[in-house]
Amino acid sequence: MTKADLADKVYEKVGLSRKEAVDMIETLFESMKSILSEGESIKITGFGTFLVRKKGSRRGRNPKTGVEIEITQRKVITFKPSLQFKAIVEKV
Amino acid sequence: MTKSSLIEKISEKAEGLTKKQTEVVIETVFESIKEALTKGDKVEIRGFGNFKLRSRLARKARNPKTGAAVEVEPKKVPYFKVGKELREMVNKV
Repeated sequence: MTKADLADKVYEKVGLSRKEAVDMIETLFESMKSILSEGESIKITGFGTFLVRKKGSRRGRNPKTGVEIEITQRKVITFKPSLQFKAIVEKV
Repeated sequence: MTKSSLIEKISEKAEGLTKKQTEVVIETVFESIKEALTKGDKVEIRGFGNFKLRSRLARKARNPKTGAAVEVEPKKVPYFKVGKELREMVNKV
């Protein structure tokens, strides 16, 4: 399933034109990206939480050459599914 | 940020749509993703990330209260892999 399929679902469900449905999908994911980029987490009830976590700097090693380097501090995004989401896919 | 504040935010950008319509759009998107995964399908959102299921093997665990050994059955769990664009975006600024 891709953004286009999601737009079709939205088109079927809401009284929007196909163009409007596509634009809404774009707007939604672009907005979520900018919120997360600002370091803010997003909680979608019944779905899950997109968390922004800070990772401190650490020493790492290039596995090929063995050269030790400093891995700078960074932010990563993790997704924690809701209990309900976990429950419905458990037996798939 | 919660779903309702996300709806508010998107609503401001969505010209010509009522807040109720925006709400239905957002609900539909997340419900559709869940539905796709329950069918064993995966979802690819370019620039944002992919949703798919990952398998967890059966394992032996213990009831922390009683100490009794229990068999945990194999199961599937939702997994989100962050897209390249988003992964890079969070580290800018």
